[in-house]
Amino acid sequence: MVAAQPDIRPKIRSEEWSVWYGERQVLRSVTLGVRANEILSIIGPANSGKTTFLRSLNRLIDVARGVRTSGRLYLDEEDIREAREVEALRKRVGMVLALPAPLNLSVFENVAYGPRRHHIGERARLEEIVEKSLRAAYLWDEVKDRLHVSGFALSGGQQQRLCIARTLAVEPEVILFDEPCSGLDPISTARVEEAMIGLKKKYTQVLVTNNNMQAARVGDRTAFFLMGELIELGETRAIFTAPKNQKTEGYLSGRFG
Amino acid sequence: MNRWSERMIEAAIRFSGFVSIAFVVMIFLFLLTEGHALFRVTGLTDFLLGRNWHPISTPPQFGILPLLLGSLAVTAGASMMAVPLGIGTAVFIAEVAPKRLAGILKVGVELIAAIPSVVIGFVGMVLVAPVVREFFSLPVGLTAFTGSLMLALMSMPTMVSIAEDAIHAVPRQYKEAALAMGATRWQAIYRVILPAARPGILAAVMLGIGRVVGETMAVMMCTGGAVAIPSTLLQPVRTMTATIAAEMGETVRGSPHYNALFAIGIVLFLITLIINVTADLVIHRGRRDSP
Repeated sequence: MVAAQPDIRPKIRSEEWSVWYGERQVLRSVTLGVRANEILSIIGPANSGKTTFLRSLNRLIDVARGVRTSGRLYLDEEDIREAREVEALRKRVGMVLALPAPLNLSVFENVAYGPRRHHIGERARLEEIVEKSLRAAYLWDEVKDRLHVSGFALSGGQQQRLCIARTLAVEPEVILFDEPCSGLDPISTARVEEAMIGLKKKYTQVLVTNNNMQAARVGDRTAFFLMGELIELGETRAIFTAPKNQKTEGYLSGRFG
Repeated sequence: MNRWSERMIEAAIRFSGFVSIAFVVMIFLFLLTEGHALFRVTGLTDFLLGRNWHPISTPPQFGILPLLLGSLAVTAGASMMAVPLGIGTAVFIAEVAPKRLAGILKVGVELIAAIPSVVIGFVGMVLVAPVVREFFSLPVGLTAFTGSLMLALMSMPTMVSIAEDAIHAVPRQYKEAALAMGATRWQAIYRVILPAARPGILAAVMLGIGRVVGETMAVMMCTGGAVAIPSTLLQPVRTMTATIAAEMGETVRGSPHYNALFAIGIVLFLITLIINVTADLVIHRGRRDSP
């Protein structure tokens, strides 16, 4: 209903954002906005640049060698490229990665890792944060009796929700999901999606996924990327039922990608 | 026909597998047969804890404590220098250095392994020893410290390349997860990457130390060769390896002195065996723990 009205200030905004790895251009002048408290799904085939776009938002692309960018990226009208402390930016923009990657620590310490990095050392305070984060990730009931076993002892779906809890523990404003369910079974996937929908109240979320059905299930709006370009962005239902662009339709009906 | 060749190849592979084990066992048996006769002349305690190594006086004394401590001093000194430097280099190559510099460094460190140990000993003797003497104002520059310096250099290739492999093998997601949670690059290395690579790094350290314990030529040339229990690293010492190498040519085959040198060989063999087995256990324990 609210289709790109100019008076809505987006939480995240990219203007003609392009990224090169060495000589190879992987993003071509992407302009889009992410609204506060929505889930924006980004779909597209391999090498479409969707993960690169996601990683631009918390400047994780800085880790790679030989990266060049142009255009602008804003978080609440602040320029992401000029964030003086990238660590502070990443505290505001959390990320959940493709493979569940718990640290080789206990469940408790996995969640407490972020807060400890940000100088919270008091035990009672940490316990409170850990419980709150695990509850928000719909994991608390399953692990409350074994907070001190290794994170690796959990199932794949539990590990991924542990990673979500870990991200929530630093109280971000935005959460980026990079194919969070690519290694999970359908039931675990459903749990993770349930957690994402529950998080909408407090967080703005961007989901990169290879699973179109997942985008249809959880995304408020969906963006389709192809060869580094944003082809189409719209309400999820509109994209899936009546895409405006032929390429979008081709991708969704499985004709390529 | 096909099955026959299959069986031949399998037999050949099995044979090569057993050959190396057979060699180790045979060498150990050889050491035992040549060395055990010493214990008719000297007791085990007098041998291991005796303070005097006078193999050609009458009656001869075969106490290897000074030699054991000589080896220990040189090894400890070398480890103190090589371990932090080696791990630091490995972290730099694997995580910090730009790609091209990392490549150059890796090749450079591995090139150290190509220098013959006699050349390293020569450099230590002619170039490093005088500097050590001047710097600490000592009467002689050939000390345990000088030997440690050269050995630290020699253990670098083993340590760096194994530790670097271990760090490199840490899944990229670990680092990205730590960074995405707002850790700085150093925090990610120190709190996430190094702990995950710890088994491999420990193995690297152990194998590096094993290399130091067994090294002969460079220490013989650089440590001065005095059979004395050292109280500081700045004194000349003689290691077990150097003793065997220096004295084997002068002994009468079958004499107690000859047997004593083989007995030292047994001690050395056991020490390196323990180090290697420990390193192996550490590596495998690490494999079992991680997913």
